[in-house]
Amino acid sequence: MNDIIKVTNVSKAYGGVKANVDISFKVKKGSITGLIGPNGCGKTTLFNSIVGYHPIDGGSIEFDGKEISHLRVGDIARLGMLRTFQQTKIYTKMNCVDNMQISVSHRRNSKNGIFASRKGEIRERAEDLLEFVGLYSKRNLISGDLSFGQQKLLEFAMALMNEPKVLLLDEPTAGINPTLINGLIDRLGRANQELGITLCVIEHNMRVIMNLASHIYCLSNGKMLAEGKPSELQNDQRVIDAYLGGH
Amino acid sequence: MMRRSTFITYAGLGLFGILGPILFPAYTLSIAYLWMMVLMASTWDILGGQMGYNSLGNITFFGVGMYVSAIIQISIFYEPGVGEYTSAMGAIKPEFTDQQYYWGIFLGIFGGAIAALALSLIFSTFMFGLRGPYFAIGSLGLAIAAAEITVTINYVGGASGISMPMFPGDIEFRSVFFYILCFTLAVLSHFVIRGMLSTQFGLAINAIRDDEDKAEAMGLPTLIYKQIGWAVTAVFMGAIGAVAGNMAGFIDKEVAYPVPTFGIFMVAMVLLGGKGTLWGPVLGAIIFHIVKETTWTYLLGWQWVTLGLILIINIVYFQQGIMGWLQSKYPEMFGIVVDQSNINQEKKES
Amino acid sequence: MFDNLQLLFVWAPIINVQVILDGIFVGAVFALCAYGLALVWGVMNIKNLAQGDFVIMGGYLALVLHSWNLPLPVILIIVTIIMFVYGWSIYALIIRRIVDKDMFVSLLATFGLSLLMQQAMNLYFGPEVQTIDMKLPVIDAFDNMVTIPYSKIISLALAGIITAAVVIFMKKSRTGQAIRATAQDARAARVLGIDTDRVYAFTFAFNSALCGAAGVLVSVIWVIQPFYGITYSVRTFAIVTAAGLGNLPGVISAAFGIGLFEKYTGMIVGTAYEVAAPVMILLLVLIIRQIHMKRNRQVVR
Repeated sequence: MNDIIKVTNVSKAYGGVKANVDISFKVKKGSITGLIGPNGCGKTTLFNSIVGYHPIDGGSIEFDGKEISHLRVGDIARLGMLRTFQQTKIYTKMNCVDNMQISVSHRRNSKNGIFASRKGEIRERAEDLLEFVGLYSKRNLISGDLSFGQQKLLEFAMALMNEPKVLLLDEPTAGINPTLINGLIDRLGRANQELGITLCVIEHNMRVIMNLASHIYCLSNGKMLAEGKPSELQNDQRVIDAYLGGH
Repeated sequence: MMRRSTFITYAGLGLFGILGPILFPAYTLSIAYLWMMVLMASTWDILGGQMGYNSLGNITFFGVGMYVSAIIQISIFYEPGVGEYTSAMGAIKPEFTDQQYYWGIFLGIFGGAIAALALSLIFSTFMFGLRGPYFAIGSLGLAIAAAEITVTINYVGGASGISMPMFPGDIEFRSVFFYILCFTLAVLSHFVIRGMLSTQFGLAINAIRDDEDKAEAMGLPTLIYKQIGWAVTAVFMGAIGAVAGNMAGFIDKEVAYPVPTFGIFMVAMVLLGGKGTLWGPVLGAIIFHIVKETTWTYLLGWQWVTLGLILIINIVYFQQGIMGWLQSKYPEMFGIVVDQSNINQEKKES
Repeated sequence: MFDNLQLLFVWAPIINVQVILDGIFVGAVFALCAYGLALVWGVMNIKNLAQGDFVIMGGYLALVLHSWNLPLPVILIIVTIIMFVYGWSIYALIIRRIVDKDMFVSLLATFGLSLLMQQAMNLYFGPEVQTIDMKLPVIDAFDNMVTIPYSKIISLALAGIITAAVVIFMKKSRTGQAIRATAQDARAARVLGIDTDRVYAFTFAFNSALCGAAGVLVSVIWVIQPFYGITYSVRTFAIVTAAGLGNLPGVISAAFGIGLFEKYTGMIVGTAYEVAAPVMILLLVLIIRQIHMKRNRQVVR
């Protein structure tokens, strides 16, 4: 199964607002796929539909060949698909190491017991991953006290801790100091190559996504507008028009 | 290894626990009730303080343990059975040998705990889809329902209640016997909880409290953790309920399901001492118990009103409780790290 | 139990009229309380666990006033005013400080209040059940199978008048509009110059007055007892959970529904189950909600 995520004709409406209309797209296993489009075009809604936040009105969503459109968030996460949030969601009252430790994988076949020790190898892995994202020195601080950029890194590290097959990232560079963006991109790339995690990224920063992704989809007004390699989309007039407001 | 302050606390409480009834024999039963409160508060805190699921119905397990224990204790050696016994409404006084009594009571405690455990697992199937106020009120509903339904079952005496078997031994020995049971159960519950909290389980339930949606989104099987938490609570509440029934000598709906009093006081105790801490519930229970005993002597009648007032004042003005307040004043004492350098940096930038 | 069932549906079906009427009489009172609860919940996000105790307090006030031989409408007005002031003071002392705190705090604070009120009333009035005997005539219909006391009819009429007054007030008056604005978006209301603190105080006091009025009616058509408050709280929660917050017709029908259910349960299985009935309904409503939410991939929060 080459397509780890397969979305077919998915629609979602909130009352009168048609957030997603007949969207179809695929994410290849092991790739980095981008999802772009002007504000309000339905990208986050699509993500929410995929990870199980709300029921969809129609269509099908397959993860690794399995239909998941009726499953809840927890079940989908345990199948190996995680997402990060635009406004970052972490356990603000716990320190960073604890945030990491509790993010360990809870899948059926994992050997992480309910009463596993807090001082053993789980903690070691947690600290290693904190090192990977550059937060090792902050590991004992309460995560709610970190800066926004640091929280984003923590959320990313927590996702890695969970050993997911696929990671959906909702605007990972939004609100991050431009000098730190390169570091984040680098780590995203390494997560993809070294750890084999498939990434699907919503992004507004064109430089970032054009360099990161191998395949990009563009949404507009709730519908799929265009798709292709970064170079193709950059020159696609429809994409340019969507962003500049010309219909 | 244990910190010095912790060791001193354990030593102090242990000494008090062991020497208390010896030094103050008139207060033996009173201190026994203190340990009962400690157990109630500590177990409530698993779900309420550590996990953020405020149950107003834990007293259900207490009552069920009490009744099940009574059934076991009477039926095990009294041939005609419980139905006959209760319908006689106290006219029958079965004679148990010492050995039969002790066997009865220990099996009763065990049975009460198991029954409460089973009930908690059943409740878990339909209670944990509820959050916040719905869970609180639903659990309150469970307690009320349990009380009302018990009253209608004639097998367990209906509204007339059940007289418990007489203790074979003199008054002093009886007090000491029950004291030992209460103390042991309280100590056991404390160490079990302490052990659980020191593992990933502790982290998990704290994560559920902090942001349950995030925990779900990270694949944490929250239902299992909630079930385990409530199950542990139920086991201890059921066991202490069985003991309490025997201490009271007579059980009915009011003794078994004291919802407006002990059912809520376990919450008040935890609040006073500090939710979500290991020692908060213990501290709160001790203070609460002392206040209760002294007001009983001096303010009889206004006792419940006073305790209700304490609850409100606590909630409104002093939410974090004693331990919480200590933790915010002296965070280093509790291992919380405050990054001084970060704070100074932010000050420069602004 | 089966005898009663047969009585109801085979031998003397006319008794159904009695049960239904009784159900409607109490249902009307439940509707008043539930509306107040929904109001406070919707406007300030406070789940008032002391709701039932406000009702009982109103009932006791009515009892006292009745012993001074005041007529019912006067009692109603006085109790409403007293309870309004009481509600305002409770808001100032307690509720104001917990309005923006987390849910646990508001729940426990109101529960503490409930406890306090219960025990205080128990201390003052004693634990026996009491009622107001209006000494009004009773209508005997259908061969004495159905008795309808005039007092119950009056109570129903009063409940209707109060409800109508409340609805008109909420829709037309400035305060009513301010309340609804604050319920929708407190920050926006504040920006537009509405004193949200006063709105909250008024809402809470209003709810207290509503409960007090309901309590007067309860003391006339039923009985009051210091610890009956919890059952009213449970009922109103069940109603509000079933009907949703903004749904007045839903609240009214749910209230009548519960009233009918309780009376029928009492008739069929015996009065011993009358307290268990609203609790069972609450649990049932919560379970059904969960199943419904689960289909939407959600939980009940």
